[in-house]
Amino acid sequence: MAVDLLRVDDVHKAFGDNAVLRGMTLSVAAHEVVVLIGASGSGKSTLLRCINGLESVDAGVIMVDGLDVTADDADFDAVRQRVGMVFQSFNLFPHMSVLGNITLAPRKVLGVSADEAEQRARDLLTRFGLEAKADDYPDRLSGGQQQRVAIVRALAMQPQAMLFDEVTSALDPELVGEVLDVIRGLKESGMTILMATHEMGFARDVADRVCFVDAGRVLESGPPAQVLGDPHEARTREFLARVLG
Amino acid sequence: MSTNTGASIVEPEVPYVDPERRSRRQRRSRRNALVATLSTVVFFGVVVIAVATSPGWPVVQDAFFNGDYFALAWPEVLVALLINIKIFVVAEFFILILGLLLALTRLSKSPALLPLRIVGTLYTDIFRGTPTLLVVLLLGFGVPALNLSGLPTDPLVWGTIALILSYTAYVAEVFRSGIASIHPSQRAAARSLGLSNVQTNRYVVLPQAIRRVIPPLLNDFVSLQKDTALVSVLGPIEALRAAQIIVYGKFNYTPYIVGALLFIALTIPMARFTDWLTARQERQRSSGSR
Ligand SMILES: Nc1ncnc2c1ncn2[C@@H]1O[C@H](COP(=O)(O)OP(=O)(O)OP(=O)(O)O)[C@@H](O)[C@H]1O
Ligand SMILES: [Mg+2]
Repeated sequence: MAVDLLRVDDVHKAFGDNAVLRGMTLSVAAHEVVVLIGASGSGKSTLLRCINGLESVDAGVIMVDGLDVTADDADFDAVRQRVGMVFQSFNLFPHMSVLGNITLAPRKVLGVSADEAEQRARDLLTRFGLEAKADDYPDRLSGGQQQRVAIVRALAMQPQAMLFDEVTSALDPELVGEVLDVIRGLKESGMTILMATHEMGFARDVADRVCFVDAGRVLESGPPAQVLGDPHEARTREFLARVLG
Repeated sequence: MSTNTGASIVEPEVPYVDPERRSRRQRRSRRNALVATLSTVVFFGVVVIAVATSPGWPVVQDAFFNGDYFALAWPEVLVALLINIKIFVVAEFFILILGLLLALTRLSKSPALLPLRIVGTLYTDIFRGTPTLLVVLLLGFGVPALNLSGLPTDPLVWGTIALILSYTAYVAEVFRSGIASIHPSQRAAARSLGLSNVQTNRYVVLPQAIRRVIPPLLNDFVSLQKDTALVSVLGPIEALRAAQIIVYGKFNYTPYIVGALLFIALTIPMARFTDWLTARQERQRSSGSR
């Protein structure tokens, strides 16, 4: 019954002789929340960047909502309009206000009028408790606020799925919660989410499925209780023992 | 504001300073100001007296700072300076546009632009390595001597073109370093929002890069303002040439001093503006949260 919104099929990707993705296979159904865990360098960020067309693949197929991202004539602009991405380092545009950051892509890519883009941006900011920050510049915001604005900026393009790449790793511990709450809210509103994170507690709470990535492929995948609580693979157990201390 | 010993708890927005410490600080800063004033007055007083009483001074004064020649020269040199300003404005306009285009070409990765990238690199190497005066002479005397029909023969035009060619190479490098200094994550963020490559440059990368390179660009402007005088070797009566004509006619160097003062008056506002802008950016950077 569930339709796969994202499908990654036997994808390979190397940087020089460094084979980073080696037969990555993964799918995310509509409205599903899938969390990627795995050691540093295992290829989680690379996978997310390939899905968004920021990196090209060497072999394999990635389908986003029926569009082949890996085709030679792939229309990345169309793909990126369907999939929003948020990065570890926020990457807000420092020369634009919060409102400017959020309305840029809707105006320039979707051709939405300035008034309408601003109205939508304000509605989104209100929804995430950021309405007072609309006219501030990014360097006036806390890290947590910046990351929430980055999420709003991606949502303003009305994507069908969101990719989150360790969006809380650069935050002070007391600011992690506010960003995770936003993602939890997105799940409740039915957003399809694929995210890499080191927040195991959050993965256990929110994920529909957890995938353990090891050396460029998904080694083990299943409900969070099983993968995190009773992993089948020895590598998964080792990894969890290391991160959970 | 001055005496709120216990009130600092009630009004936390007024920083509390021990009154005794405050008055000690005030006394010290008054003393510092007095010492600075005194030492400055004494230093320059001694220099002026030493120069004015030295045996050679009357000769120097007559050759360089003669009041009559000053009065004679300055209206003429000032009018001629308008030509320098004209050269500067026209050249700067083209330099900014061509410099930015050259920088973008050299940074592009498109395979179709490879020949242009090669030309761009050669161009930069050649014109940064060649003395500006040589380019002025080569174009200003060389091209009109070819007698090619359709090409302008006005030395002013060729002098200006020479300055444009020379300075574009510098300004392109300034733009290039500015663009390269924008972190790739900014580009990735823009592309992930669906912006095209051109839109990413236009709305995200260039506005940040240009803001960053304004101080070094203004530095190059100041330098270009002076170098407009190089065109004098081709004959047009701009400020330096106007001064030179009087110098040769009267055997007195005061008109050169007039020219120097006028050029300085032209560049000082720009130099101060550059300082101010640099200081402001420095403040912004240090007060930013990242
Ligand atoms: N643009 C690039 N050029 C060269 N090598 C790269 C590039 N991007 C990533 N790599 C390499 O790919 C490997 C996997 O990196 P990736 O960022 O995907 O790992 P990750 O699982 O996200 O790790 P982390 O948990 O530290 O974020 C690393 O060895 C990295 O050095
Ligand atoms: Mg990563």
